[in-house]
Amino acid sequence: MVRPRLHLRALTRKLLRDVWEMKSQALAIAVVVAAGVTMFVTYLSNFDSLVRTLSRYYERQQFADVFAGATRAPGPLAARIGAIPGVDIVDTRVVADVTLDVTGLDEPANGRLVSLPSPGAPALNRVLLRRGTWPDPARPDDVVASEVFCEAHGFGPGDRVAAIVNGRRRQLTIVGVGISPEYVYSIRPGDLFPDNRRFGVFWMQRAALAAAFDMEGGFNDVALTLAAGASSDDVVARLDRLLEPYGGRGAYTRALQVSAWTIENELTQLRMFGLVTPAIFLSVAAFILHIALTRALALQRGQIAALKALGYGNRTIGWHYVQWALVIAAAGALAGVAGGAWLGAKMADLYNEFFRFPMLDYRVSPGVALWSVLGSLAVAAAGALAAVSRAVAVPPADAMRPDAPARYRPSLIERLGVARRLPQAARMVLRTLERQPVRALLSMLGIAAAGAVLVIGLSFIDVMDVLIDEQFMQAMRQDVTVTFVGPRSADAVHAAARLPGVMAVEPQRVVPVRLRAGARHRTLAIIGLTPDASLQRVVARSGAVIPVPPAGLVLSRVLGDVLGVTPGDSVRVEVLEGARPAFDVPVAALVDDSMGVQAYMARDALHALLREGRTVSSTALKVDPRDLAQLHLTLKALPAVAGVAVREATLRNFRQTMAEHMNLIIAFNVGFAAIIAFGVVYNAARVSLSERSRELASLRVLGFTRDEVGRILLGELAVLTLLSLPVGAVIGYGLGLFIMTIFNNEVYRLPFAITAQSIAWSWLTVVGAAALSSIAVRRRLDRLDLIAVLKSRE
Amino acid sequence: MATPSAPVFVARDLTKVYTMGDVQVHALRGVDFDLSAGEFVVLLGPSGSGKSTLLNILGGLDVPTAGSVVYRDHDLTTAGEAALTEYRRDHVGFVFQFYNLIPSLTARENVALVTEIAASPMTPEEALALVALGDRLDHFPAQLSGGEQQRVAIARAIAKRPEVLLCDEPTGALDITTGVVVLEALTHVNRTLGTATVVITHNAAIAGLADRVVRLADGRVVAVEHNAVKVEARSLSW
Ligand SMILES: Nc1ncnc2c1ncn2[C@@H]1O[C@H](COP(=O)(O)OP(=O)(O)OP(=O)(O)O)[C@@H](O)[C@H]1O
Ligand SMILES: [Mg+2]
Repeated sequence: MVRPRLHLRALTRKLLRDVWEMKSQALAIAVVVAAGVTMFVTYLSNFDSLVRTLSRYYERQQFADVFAGATRAPGPLAARIGAIPGVDIVDTRVVADVTLDVTGLDEPANGRLVSLPSPGAPALNRVLLRRGTWPDPARPDDVVASEVFCEAHGFGPGDRVAAIVNGRRRQLTIVGVGISPEYVYSIRPGDLFPDNRRFGVFWMQRAALAAAFDMEGGFNDVALTLAAGASSDDVVARLDRLLEPYGGRGAYTRALQVSAWTIENELTQLRMFGLVTPAIFLSVAAFILHIALTRALALQRGQIAALKALGYGNRTIGWHYVQWALVIAAAGALAGVAGGAWLGAKMADLYNEFFRFPMLDYRVSPGVALWSVLGSLAVAAAGALAAVSRAVAVPPADAMRPDAPARYRPSLIERLGVARRLPQAARMVLRTLERQPVRALLSMLGIAAAGAVLVIGLSFIDVMDVLIDEQFMQAMRQDVTVTFVGPRSADAVHAAARLPGVMAVEPQRVVPVRLRAGARHRTLAIIGLTPDASLQRVVARSGAVIPVPPAGLVLSRVLGDVLGVTPGDSVRVEVLEGARPAFDVPVAALVDDSMGVQAYMARDALHALLREGRTVSSTALKVDPRDLAQLHLTLKALPAVAGVAVREATLRNFRQTMAEHMNLIIAFNVGFAAIIAFGVVYNAARVSLSERSRELASLRVLGFTRDEVGRILLGELAVLTLLSLPVGAVIGYGLGLFIMTIFNNEVYRLPFAITAQSIAWSWLTVVGAAALSSIAVRRRLDRLDLIAVLKSRE
Repeated sequence: MATPSAPVFVARDLTKVYTMGDVQVHALRGVDFDLSAGEFVVLLGPSGSGKSTLLNILGGLDVPTAGSVVYRDHDLTTAGEAALTEYRRDHVGFVFQFYNLIPSLTARENVALVTEIAASPMTPEEALALVALGDRLDHFPAQLSGGEQQRVAIARAIAKRPEVLLCDEPTGALDITTGVVVLEALTHVNRTLGTATVVITHNAAIAGLADRVVRLADGRVVAVEHNAVKVEARSLSW
């Protein structure tokens, strides 16, 4: 046999041939590494790409640093705002929320109208025109519509949308399609999920909008940028003071601007996910590497001794074996980087759907790629090191001696006398497991790790189901929520009760406030509910309905944490409408729900504080499904209605969005978990095959059939797999709980949930992977070269 | 033939005790052993008498519990792991009963394993030619017979031109004919390179090859014989 004489050192040749010899095992390990690195690269490169894209976008389109809304401020106030120290550019606007009647949509939709200076682009939050033209100054109903809304409806320049503008129905003509840094994430205020069919942003000429809302010579919204080094807290405080006489609703910084804040939360999650999941994968890889190497090194005992006798030092020999791990990890990591480049681009497409930027250009970050390769190498080396140092530490004189026969004894079950009639194969399986309890335990844990990753992957589906159940079946049971334009008298409730199909009405009072506790504060709306409300209720994760007490605030736990308050503490409530009173209100309870920042109060208590009659701002309706269509039609035309939320539609949208966006992620997780399961089980099987090949070959020579011998080997695997199932479920549960805790943010607090069905699926997948690897190992066993095995000395 | 001159090894009062749980095994109980340059010594003795233990200590694979062993100017008794490794690399050639070739390396590569780290080695080809395997350079151990594998092991041991060659039952697993070929290779190296050689065997017939025969029993040296006339390996029979 003539081989090409590359100049490689003998030890290097040995390395390459040894790794090649165990190639299928090496592959199984490399694939697990690759899966981890793929996730790492995918998530973290997307993180980097998003951060890069956003900051460029924000800068180019002059995204503001501070925002504030008011009822109506006089135009000259703008100059005084500009004079606040630390303010760079000021841009005032007219912004209004309206009901839309969109062709092709039964239920009413919601629109936000934002003024555009005419002519010219706004100083801040500049709209980027993607198609069409800017509105024609001569045509007051021309609008630029948000791209996501147009896409959801297939609209383009020339299409029209009807809007109820200050009580009058107007046909808006879409002349352009645009995006804005202010609406990268486009969501209707108060919604949990974006609904692009039912919420759109429309940029309209200021003159037209101001005329419709009596804002000529004034504004109701202001955005500004800060000069370098300015204190945002200072500016916010001064801005609030200036706007207060004009119904200012509280200024807030970019960090709390809905779109920017949501993206920030998403980014945090992305980075967390990008670190935690690969860490799990890489530990599993390190773990199976350890087992595989321990075994391979046991087989090389004599070779290690010989190398030492020849004068190779421990370091050289140790390094030689650590290189096995490094070669495998490097192969896996490189494949992973390639996988991350591919999958990451797919994920970026998803972000391009979900968020709107000029273009998210996905690039694998060199730093991320480098770190992932180095990280895999380090983890692999760590996994190998223990095995290698143990093997290398054996004194050469000892290693020269053939191993003493392993000590077997009757297994515990046999000793207990329970299983005297167990078949021979079963007894051998039990004895082996009992003789090497640590090895058996480690293999079992490896398989359990696969089960755990599956449980985590599948739990995402369950978590979403629980969230849907909590939100739409328990907490918000109304079919329709109607929001009025400004607070209304109680008559509005009676009017609502007379709408078609309405069976029950629950009035709500929603008051914009700023809650303060010491230095901490949050601007949000207190929702005033009827204490015995049966449609919209406050429900804890446990399913318990929390009654709204006659006095005091009920805060979501997240808000409690944000403000640093617990029941009994008192919170300063600064009302941001009407006479803008302020008072101290005790916190009556914190509710452990899945929502972000929420505050509830009894409606009557709220009325009493505000010294008002039974005013309503919105109402929850229970509707006879047969009359829903009629109700929609009526609502679309009602002038007093600012917004309509329809449960069915929201739910449908939620499920669809989930289907589009979560399924891909879940598919990644489940696919990768299956890879781990296969990798671990296959490796465990190969290790026991190599450990036992001598014994199994002897049995074959003694006349055992292939089936009988196969049963001994695979029986062991089956026992380990079965034992791993409950363990994996428990580990998965724990890890899932942990991951959910990390992921919780101010947008929502996902409950951790896993159903029996998901556990069953995870088990099925593990058993399936085990069965596949059994087949692979069984085929090896059948090809076992009896003579070669028996001839070799071990 | 080589006249005993400067001692290569001087071992005094070597004791080796293995402790296994509460049982103490005395493998060596005060052994004195000298080896001169170019000398060919055969170690004989019943199983368990301590032959391998002595050889391993001489080769720097193991350290004695008590006593001293000095190789030329190296005190092996006090040497650390690194010093022993260096000693093995620079001065000793080993041949084991079970060959201990690296199965994933060819004959040539197995020898190269040594020549790559030795100071003034021969080429692997030369070493293999010395054991008459010049035509099997690129064969893997699995493609060689037991005797051929043992000859590769000898080639590997001599390739660095060691000062001492230590062989633990080099013919233990071989039949007469192959055993003779292996022994011829050993005597050839001893004669042409002047390598001091220690060979362990159970086979008294092999004793005829030696300048000196040392008999061990129960961890002690019980007899030392000098052969006035050495037998040729070719004429051995067992
Ligand atoms: N690592 C060890 N642990 C315990 N006892 C040992 C160990 N190594 C050797 N022994 C014991 O030391 C004694 C001498 O062993 P050694 O291997 O030197 O004998 P030997 O003469 O080479 O025998 P054989 O001809 O069978 O190879 C034996 O009783 C053996 O059981
Ligand atoms: Mg021995």
